[in-house]
Amino acid sequence: MPKDHGIGASQKRREDVRFLTGAGNYTDDINVHGQAYVHFLRSDMAHGKINNIDTSAAEGMPGVVRIFTGKDFEGVGGLPCGWQVTDKHGEPMKEPAHPVLAQGKVRHVGDPIAAVVADSLEQARTAAEAIVLDIEELPAVVDMAKALEAGSTKVHDDLADNLCYDWQFGTDTETTDAAFKNAAHVTTLELVNNRLVANPMEPRVAVGDYSRANDEHTLYTTSQNPHVIRLLMGAFVLGIPEHKLRVVAPDVGGGFGTKIFHYAEEAFCTFAAKACNRPVKWTSTRSEAFMSDAHGRDHVTKIELALDKDNNFIGVRTDTMANMGAYLSTFSSSVPTWLHGTLMAGNYKTPAVQVNVKAVFTNTVPVDAYRGAGRPEATFQLERVIDKAARELGVDPVQLRRQNFITSFPYETPVAVAYDTGDYHATMDKMEELMDIPGFAARRAESEKNGKLRGMGINCFIEACGIAPSNLVGQLGARAGLYDAATVRVNATGSISVMVGAHSHGQGHETVFPQVVAEMLGIDESMVDIVHGDTSKIPFGMGTYGSRSLAVCGSAMVRATEKIINKAKKIAGHLLEASDSDIELKDGQFTVAGTDKSVAWGDVTLAAYVPHNYPLEDIEPGLEETAFYDPANFTYPAGAYACEVEVDPDTGKVTIEKFVSADDFGNVVNPMIVEGQVHGGIAQGIGQALLENCAYDENGQLLSASYMDYAMPRADDIPHMASYVVDHSCQTPCTHNPLGVKGCGEAGAIGSPPTVVNAVIDALHSGGHTHVNHIDMPVSPSRVWAAINGQ
Amino acid sequence: MTKVTMTVNGKTVSGEVKGNTLLTEFLREDLRLTGTHVGCDTSQCGACVVHVNGEAVKSCTMFAAEADGAEVKTVEGMANADGSLSVIQQAFQDYHGLQCGFCTPGMVMSAAALLKDNPKPTEAEVRDYLEGNICRCTGYHNIVRAIMAASGQDVPAVAAE
Ligand code: FES
Ligand code: FES
Repeated sequence: MPKDHGIGASQKRREDVRFLTGAGNYTDDINVHGQAYVHFLRSDMAHGKINNIDTSAAEGMPGVVRIFTGKDFEGVGGLPCGWQVTDKHGEPMKEPAHPVLAQGKVRHVGDPIAAVVADSLEQARTAAEAIVLDIEELPAVVDMAKALEAGSTKVHDDLADNLCYDWQFGTDTETTDAAFKNAAHVTTLELVNNRLVANPMEPRVAVGDYSRANDEHTLYTTSQNPHVIRLLMGAFVLGIPEHKLRVVAPDVGGGFGTKIFHYAEEAFCTFAAKACNRPVKWTSTRSEAFMSDAHGRDHVTKIELALDKDNNFIGVRTDTMANMGAYLSTFSSSVPTWLHGTLMAGNYKTPAVQVNVKAVFTNTVPVDAYRGAGRPEATFQLERVIDKAARELGVDPVQLRRQNFITSFPYETPVAVAYDTGDYHATMDKMEELMDIPGFAARRAESEKNGKLRGMGINCFIEACGIAPSNLVGQLGARAGLYDAATVRVNATGSISVMVGAHSHGQGHETVFPQVVAEMLGIDESMVDIVHGDTSKIPFGMGTYGSRSLAVCGSAMVRATEKIINKAKKIAGHLLEASDSDIELKDGQFTVAGTDKSVAWGDVTLAAYVPHNYPLEDIEPGLEETAFYDPANFTYPAGAYACEVEVDPDTGKVTIEKFVSADDFGNVVNPMIVEGQVHGGIAQGIGQALLENCAYDENGQLLSASYMDYAMPRADDIPHMASYVVDHSCQTPCTHNPLGVKGCGEAGAIGSPPTVVNAVIDALHSGGHTHVNHIDMPVSPSRVWAAINGQ
Repeated sequence: MTKVTMTVNGKTVSGEVKGNTLLTEFLREDLRLTGTHVGCDTSQCGACVVHVNGEAVKSCTMFAAEADGAEVKTVEGMANADGSLSVIQQAFQDYHGLQCGFCTPGMVMSAAALLKDNPKPTEAEVRDYLEGNICRCTGYHNIVRAIMAASGQDVPAVAAE
């Protein structure tokens, strides 16, 4: 019998009611009295030298409040990068300036040159057309290999070249080379992890407001982490102390990483609200989003896998070029390194793993974390090369993986992380069972009867979530701690507000977090509300990304609730004239152990606020506790995925006929929500594998700048319900956080792309197209057709 | 500026609009019915779907002036008279057919239009009909289930354990 409340219950989401009735409060729904609107004039060139920006004609146009250019921002800081990577020679990464508005040069299509603030958006747009730009177009560098060639055009003139860092990690070169020398077989694969655009359906919005009365700034913004924005923008860009800066992220329409970062537009609106003494609002159009939201992925990789004569993995060596775009976005530098290199051991006990990454500046939009962030790139290359090895060796891809699985925990990988727990055979077993592998031959025969090729692809993955132990990431270059915080405020009559640092923008925290608190206290969920997304209401918080909300912020909430219970027991002990060590809390009643003497939750909370009969000499009145929680380790969700595709050999079109995921997320608080997270991740992974590509031409023009050109997955790209199962019944609880949870937000996006590509290659081989060893994503009809036809 | 008068969610409203004011802008900014969302500028995403004279329309592709005299329904007008969720809205909650909620108003309005014309659609018909609605969060699976369930068809329960 499934539970209907508390931990483990598929409770329906309380936030749904407002979203379903149009009562949500997204940033663009906020209008501040007297607000002006800003339109950014953006570069249509990928690279150019700014000789002059003449705003004089535009300034006199109707409704114009003020026009800003890079000059207005000379006195303020640039947008900071939150992670300092040290290269293999011990040198810090190159960190070029990232001005709010372009200074001296434009470096990518979409780089903001000027900002027009006017009474209406239409007036701002019209005036922007009257700005006369004298920008001398320079050759653009888009391709990473070319950007690294000696004598290449430089994105940043003050740097020696376009190399941000050359990083090496894991097993030393001598040991790694020895593994490859001793190998009975080496499989090599070169591949591209395609550039993507996260595309939350809500475009970014910022509203800056300033109160002269008390010198206070308020920024309403579409953010996954309002405190991080307050810290970065306040301390590094505009020089506003935290107590004078409030950042509010109300309902946010999806993030997927792209709303983690601190962006120029939010700094601009905050700055301009004071400069103009008027609230200033910016709402991104979708076209603008394509050229100003940080992009994701964009790795070019060569990976080699060494196997001994018994097909044991003995070495992995990988060499990646990672595109940083024109500037370093907030967490960009950490993605190809610490979020990618640390996962290159995968689920396998390979003794030697060496990771090499060159991060490269190009004249493209900055690249940063997108759902999975580094871990999809690690999984894709590793699982693709394993699949290729299985094919070359003529062995079963499931068995090859199984024989190399890590089976004892904790396990120290050669790439700095220690997996606390897992059971990779269990998820593989589950996947095999759900996939009905014995039935595959018949399904393939059926497809072939219809002139189609059918293939099956499997994939295993591991991710490091619950980001992150501050001490470890500090050593790795993080410039911030990655703990989280929660305050549990119990009101006099027993209802509870929990202020959490995690932000919910689709994850359902408003439903899930109360399930935990209510279970701990034995009270009804309806008595507990979550408050999030406003720095003026919440003690602190690092926000939501890296599948961390429940594992890190949820743990803080558990700790704070434990403090509440301890204090409440003291009060109950006083009321019951018993020692607090004898008090038990169950179903919202405090009872003296072994007696029928008890007092209800509400009586204790009332006593805390109306302390007429109260142990004032021992404890303070009130019932409110805060906890900060810094995780001891990452969490390591893992899983086994499989899918079947049909390929039409005449057109190259791929359709997904069956998809199964078997995940181990540790304990699960709300299964319905967890499954929804996996569905969403898998759809994004299918999008990456088959449809999505952020494309530039060689001059740095963005070719995919709208939904006409950037193919988002639609409802009919996803397998039908009868042939689609997401399972999370394999559960090895995390050993180091109080709930035993691991995080589920990114798994689908990490696990699915190699699954799909492995299946496509399998299908092509079954049709005799054995020369096709790899097709880069997106595996579009034209690419498949070209591969089949040897083009 | 021209004066437009229309019925929105059963109430007669009027306002002064410019020739190029979109219906979305009129609903969101003039009437402050912010449930209708804008997710793109190329008529691709469907976040803005409303009903005009009973037909699903992308309100970002229609001028407010074109809706003069029309009967308009937005997501704010979808609940039952007593304020409870309508069958379609309730199915979206029951089957977890929404996450961030941004695409949701358009999805609900599209689903209602589909079920009006095709009360018992097949799964393929539902997926096909949603061609004009993008959701980035849910992967569509639970949206399709919600719509099938709202049409009275049997859908395996959520999160069967
Ligand atoms: S906003 Fe109307 S279709 Fe996207
Ligand atoms: S629920 Fe977020 S876009 Fe659909």
